[in-house]
Amino acid sequence: MGESIIQFLETWSPLDVVLIAQNFDRFLLGAWVTLQLTVVSLVIGGALAIPLAIARTSKNPFINGPVWMFTYTFRGTPLLVQTYLFYYGLGQFEAVRESVLWGPVLSQAWWCALIAFSLNTAAYTTELLRGSIINTSRGEVEAAKACGFSSWMRLKRIVLPSAFRRALPAYSNEVIFMLHGSVVASTITIQDLLGVGRWLNGRYYLAYEGFITAAVLYFIIVLMVSRGFRYWEKHWLQHLYPHDAIKVKPKKGLANFRI
Amino acid sequence: MDAILEYQGQLLQGTWVTIQLAIYSLMFSVLFGLLGAWAKLSKNLVAQKTAAGYTTIVRGVPDLVLILLVFFGGQELANSIGAITGLWEYAEISQFAAGVCTIGVVFGGYMTETFRGAILSIPKGQIEAGVACGMNRVLIFRRIIGPQMVRYALPGFSNNWLVQIKSTALVSVIGLQDVVYNGFVAGRSTRLLFTFMFAVLMIYLLLTAISDLALRWLDRKYSKGIVVRPDDG
Repeated sequence: MGESIIQFLETWSPLDVVLIAQNFDRFLLGAWVTLQLTVVSLVIGGALAIPLAIARTSKNPFINGPVWMFTYTFRGTPLLVQTYLFYYGLGQFEAVRESVLWGPVLSQAWWCALIAFSLNTAAYTTELLRGSIINTSRGEVEAAKACGFSSWMRLKRIVLPSAFRRALPAYSNEVIFMLHGSVVASTITIQDLLGVGRWLNGRYYLAYEGFITAAVLYFIIVLMVSRGFRYWEKHWLQHLYPHDAIKVKPKKGLANFRI
Repeated sequence: MDAILEYQGQLLQGTWVTIQLAIYSLMFSVLFGLLGAWAKLSKNLVAQKTAAGYTTIVRGVPDLVLILLVFFGGQELANSIGAITGLWEYAEISQFAAGVCTIGVVFGGYMTETFRGAILSIPKGQIEAGVACGMNRVLIFRRIIGPQMVRYALPGFSNNWLVQIKSTALVSVIGLQDVVYNGFVAGRSTRLLFTFMFAVLMIYLLLTAISDLALRWLDRKYSKGIVVRPDDG
């Protein structure tokens, strides 16, 4: 039974499904590398973004300015070039090559990708958090002031929690963007999901199989991430949804009424 | 710095290729975006579903994967079609064409959503007023929907365009001699990769900064006469 299925697929399938199945463990490993790079850089980038976003809301140009320069540069240039700059570029400097970090970190593709991705997502997250922070409704801040909150307490208890929630929909885009961006890793020799696809195509001299498998797996990951965020948004943004939309059902007869 | 001046010809040539790539793919993406928005808002169920599938797939798969698939897979496909039909013996897809088509189609998916949202935010009464005045559909689009759509779509469009310019860098992976590729080659032969990659970074920054300014100017132009109410918060 099993063999006849394999034989059927080998003769009739336009794609070499058997070959994909044989190498599927490698694809899963590639997906693991992709997820690892994405998640770790999102965590580091997110951790960097919180203080940077607060600095970016400062009125002092000496605090605000440098952060703005950082976000502007990283948001205005391609991730590919940023990654090349770290991976290929750093070796140009004698001081970097002789430093302690060179061997274990700065000459390794994985670490260079991680550094570039983290800084990139930090820049994007900073800006979207900043937007969310400055849109905190004035009343909330005034209420906190009236209750005698110090500015640090205001930030910790009022502004940031509410800003995080409101930034959630934009942040889900950033997560997917980062996942998409992580394919850049395959151009600096990392065997991520796309890297495995390229390896398979190169090794067996194929045109479709590796890329299509990678594309399908990326698609599945993106779908799961966006579903997860939708659920999360429903949970954390419940208080911002229009009240009537949840409770009041349209009356019969009026439902189909259109002007 | 001397090295950059020495290789400035290659860098400028590459920049020109990048600009062309960006502009041609923008035309494609606007075309696909308009078609997609039209299909998504049409009453035809098949058109709706097709457009929904298109935007979901295109936004779910990373652009580099699609570029590689179109470049290598498309070549193979063109050759197989040629072999079966006997119309041509060997077909070659250029890196430029593969890049323009793929980036155009991918960002067409993003543009679809932008345009769709823009059309939906035009008050329905205005379209009904057009119908009441006896305008036909083309006239309504030209006089009522079109001009306002530009204004509503501009913020989303600007965002897409800035991402799209940066995406063109990926086409260097399939060997198109754009600014990244040329900068990389120059950097490797002079052993000054940091310098050259930094220069490429600055070129991209310049391109995005100029587009940003131009789009802001457009935004002001199309929002003329519209009073923004101060936030009542």
